[in-house]
This record gives sequence, C-alpha cells and structure tokens, in this order.
Amino acid sequence: MAERTLAGSRIRERRIARGLRQAELAAEVGISASYLNLIEHNRRRIGGKLLQSIALRLDVEPSILAEGAARSVVAHLSAVAERFGEEAGSGEAADFASRFPGWANLVVRAARRVEELERNVETLTDRLTHDPHLAATLHEVLSTATAIRSTASILSETKEIEPEWRDRFHRNINEDATRLAESAQALVGFLDGVGDAHSEVSSPQEEFSAFLSAYSWHFPALEEGLKAAADSYLKGASQLKSSSAHAIAARYLRCYAEDAAKMPLRVFESAIEEHGVDPLSLAAQFNVDTASALRRIATLPDIDCGIVVCDASGTMIFRKPIEGFPIPRFGAACPLWPLFQGLSRPMVALADTVSQPARGGAGQESHFQTYAVAQPVLSAEYGREPLLEATMLILPTDTTAALSGPALRAQSIGSSCRVCPRNACPARREPSIMAAGF
Amino acid sequence: MTEMAGKTVLLIEDEPNIIEAIGFILSRDGWTVHTHSNGQTAIEAVETRAPDLIVLDVMLPGRSGYDILKDLRADAATAKLPVLMLTARGQMKDREMALEYGANRFMTKPFSNAEVLEAVRELAAL
Repeated sequence: MAERTLAGSRIRERRIARGLRQAELAAEVGISASYLNLIEHNRRRIGGKLLQSIALRLDVEPSILAEGAARSVVAHLSAVAERFGEEAGSGEAADFASRFPGWANLVVRAARRVEELERNVETLTDRLTHDPHLAATLHEVLSTATAIRSTASILSETKEIEPEWRDRFHRNINEDATRLAESAQALVGFLDGVGDAHSEVSSPQEEFSAFLSAYSWHFPALEEGLKAAADSYLKGASQLKSSSAHAIAARYLRCYAEDAAKMPLRVFESAIEEHGVDPLSLAAQFNVDTASALRRIATLPDIDCGIVVCDASGTMIFRKPIEGFPIPRFGAACPLWPLFQGLSRPMVALADTVSQPARGGAGQESHFQTYAVAQPVLSAEYGREPLLEATMLILPTDTTAALSGPALRAQSIGSSCRVCPRNACPARREPSIMAAGF
Repeated sequence: MTEMAGKTVLLIEDEPNIIEAIGFILSRDGWTVHTHSNGQTAIEAVETRAPDLIVLDVMLPGRSGYDILKDLRADAATAKLPVLMLTARGQMKDREMALEYGANRFMTKPFSNAEVLEAVRELAAL
C-alpha cells in the first residue's frame, strides 16, 4: 500500500489518541462524518487544504500525516523482517510504522540492541573458546580442587593414618588452598575483564595492541626521526605491563622508524595523493619491498585501513582492526584470507577484492580491497627455506585506486569459522555458533 | 591388604599433591605405586617400570597424554595395557578422543578417591 494512501490510517490513529470523535473532527474541518470515515479507511485520497486543516486540528505536521514514518524507520523495519526470515514487504513495514510509530521505533531499537549483543557474544565466545590464559587458569583451578578433595577425603576417611602422612597431607591442603585462592582470584579478574569486552587486556599481544591503539597506530616523534623517540614512547606506556609486551613494542617501533626514514611522511602522502593507494607503485617509487609499503600505509593518520601480519604458522603477530572486517583475537582466522594464500606464493603481491558478512543482516556484505604479500624475514641459509611472514593491508573499497577486470570479483571470506554465518563454506573447520540460534 | 598386592601401577601426573593423594590410596589398596611427571619421558618410564596398569593425565609437560596413549597402543607390548585417563577437560570431544586413542576409562577432575579406586580395581580385573 502506498504511503500516501495510508494518510487516512494516521489521521484515524491521531484523532483517537486525542480523544476526538469522528463527527467532531469532520465538523471542525467542514466535511461530513461519512466522508472522513472513508478517508480514515484509506478509501479516499487526501491532500491540499483539507489535509492542512486536519493536521492543524490534530496538532501535527501535514507531512507526518501524508508521508508517515521516516523512510529510515521503514527501511530498518524491512531489514529486520528480512533478517529474521519474515516475509514482510516494504508496504507492510510502512503500514506498521505509520499506524504504530512508537512500536516501530521500539522494534528498530530492539534490533539494533540484538546486533550489539551479537557482537559482544562473538567477542566473548572467541575469547572464551580460544584464550590460552583462561584454559590454563581453569586447568589450574580444577587440578588444585582435585588435590584438595582427594587429600581431604583421605584425612576424613582413613581411620588409622601415620602422623607423618597426616602432617604432610595437612601441609598439602594448606598449600593447595592458597593456590586455589590465587587461581580463583585470577579467574575472577579475567571474567571481570571479559564483562567489559572493550577494555580487557591480558596477554602481551593485547597489551601491545592497546599501546598502538592509544597512539592510533601513528607516532609523530618517529616521523620526525627524533633520537630516543622510541624510548620515550616506551617509557610512558602504561599499557605495556609485561616485559614481553615491552619487547614486542620496542621491536615494532624500531621497524616503524626504519620505514619512516625510507618513506618520509610528507613525501609518501604526496605520492598517495598523486597516484592513489597503490602499494606496488609506492614500493617502486621509494625503493622498498612490498611489505614495507603496506606497513607504511597502515601508519598514515588520514588513511582508513586495517593491517594484519602473520608468521609462517599462520599465527597473527600484528593487527590493526578496521570497521566491518573482524580479526579474531585468539584462535585461527578464516583460511580464505589472501593473507594465508600469500604464504603459499612467496614474494607474489596479491590484490583481491573480498567480502565479509555485514552486521546488518542476512545476505548483506561489506567489501574490502586487500593487498597481501609473503616475504622472508630472515636472511636465507644454504639449503634451507627462508622463514616467511605475510602482510595484508585492508582498505574499504572506496579508498582504493580504480580497479578493473578480475580484481572486481569479490572473494567471500569470513572472520573465523566459529562466528561465520557462511554455513556452506568449503573451508569450514567447525560449526558456527551463528547457525545455532545466535 | 587386598588382592592387588604385588600389582604395579604407574601414575603419570604432574601435580605433586594429586600424586601423593592418589599414590597413598592406591598404596593402601595394596598396589605398588610408581610415579612419573614428564610427558616427554613417559614411554621410557613405562618400559622401565612395566606396570600392570597406568593412570595417565592428559595435560603433561613435554607431551600430551593423548600422544603417549597413541604410542602405547601402537606398541604390541603395551597395546592392551589398561589405561585410566585423567583430565581437567570434561567435554564430549575429549572423552571421544580418549576412547578413540584407546583409553579403557576416562575420568574428569575433580574426581573422588572412591571413583579412582573403583576404576583402577575394575581395570585390574581386565
């Protein structure tokens, strides 16, 4: 049903809400009650002066009566219906939004909340499933509880027990009770952190990520080539709590400074302005390898991009997230990422358009342009394969230089199997929790 | 002393206080108890001790209990040796993996002494 023809329904709803009888309103605007009845049941079109008079009497903008709810609300309702598999056309959504604007807004808000909670579930599931610290702590708790239970049981059930054994078991229980208390405290601390999915930091890699995030992956003093700049960043970094995180950050800042020296910020930005974000051209222009150019692009303050680096085992050792392209914090990522394909084609620069399932609902996709390359990180030895590291730059499709031909065909990828809705994917390792009702 | 007198059990576990507790109850039941804490050298310990039964933890330093079990089953000398597996992971897939690799029994922590004793006695009768 067209929006315009639903003006009658909106008039009726407003009139009833204001406690006006049909005859009253009709008289006030100079028409018969039966004609108003036809209008209210959408059997007569309404517009012009009559619409304005009724709107005035009902204390509402004429456009609200004529056009109904905002188009965005209708669009959201349609998307929500599609997502939950309801066959509701846009006409029905418009009808619902017009008749019950408050409820329509509530549905839209509830759907947004569901999406937000789903994101939290993804984050927490990812963490709870793959976090090695949680697994180790739980193992410690269960092992200690087993020792206490077993020892206490011996003390209470064994009628005759030698004094030295009794003393030893008492000591063991005391030790285990202390250990259990510490493990339980660590577990509570961890779970408290999980409760705030955005603030928890518990591993060296996470501390390092928090450090980079605090500086938005850009270090101005290193751009200026200031001596001891890296040390001053490290010294003031409250995020780097462990010595491991400190070492990782120090290594990264050294690499950053080297890249900045080879590809000075202003000149590099000018090159991008002139030629676009084309890593191979930039690498050639600055006489650096492809991975260096990819890394450098990811440090620019004005380029919206993500980057991920993995070692030869596929373990991610560096990540800069980008909206719409979730990168698992723990566990394995989607094997279809060009990052991993790069490992089987060392030194070949790959450019692929990929699509990720979007948050908005079934069938919606977010597209990205990726550039990936795998390169040796250690100098070669006679008779031995070089050790490789793969780097993948992720750009929203509108950031990239114009592409044509095969690059325009998007490869469907995901985040990790556990939270990926592509059930028929041939690369699937394990069932998705998204298919189980999330 | 029970009919277990003279029988030998090898307890492969890295948690010292669990070793002491289980060792104590099995000793009281008449078993001769040997213990070993390192996954890497567990197979050598089995060869040296030649036990009648093994109590094997899954998470061990050096090598997992599953890998040790696989090697035991691949060797004709230990292929039929009764093995009770202990683990802090009680998920179905862990149980399935243990049985697939050839464990005779699978027990999740925290277990009771009575359960361990009962399982060991049952396995001794195999």
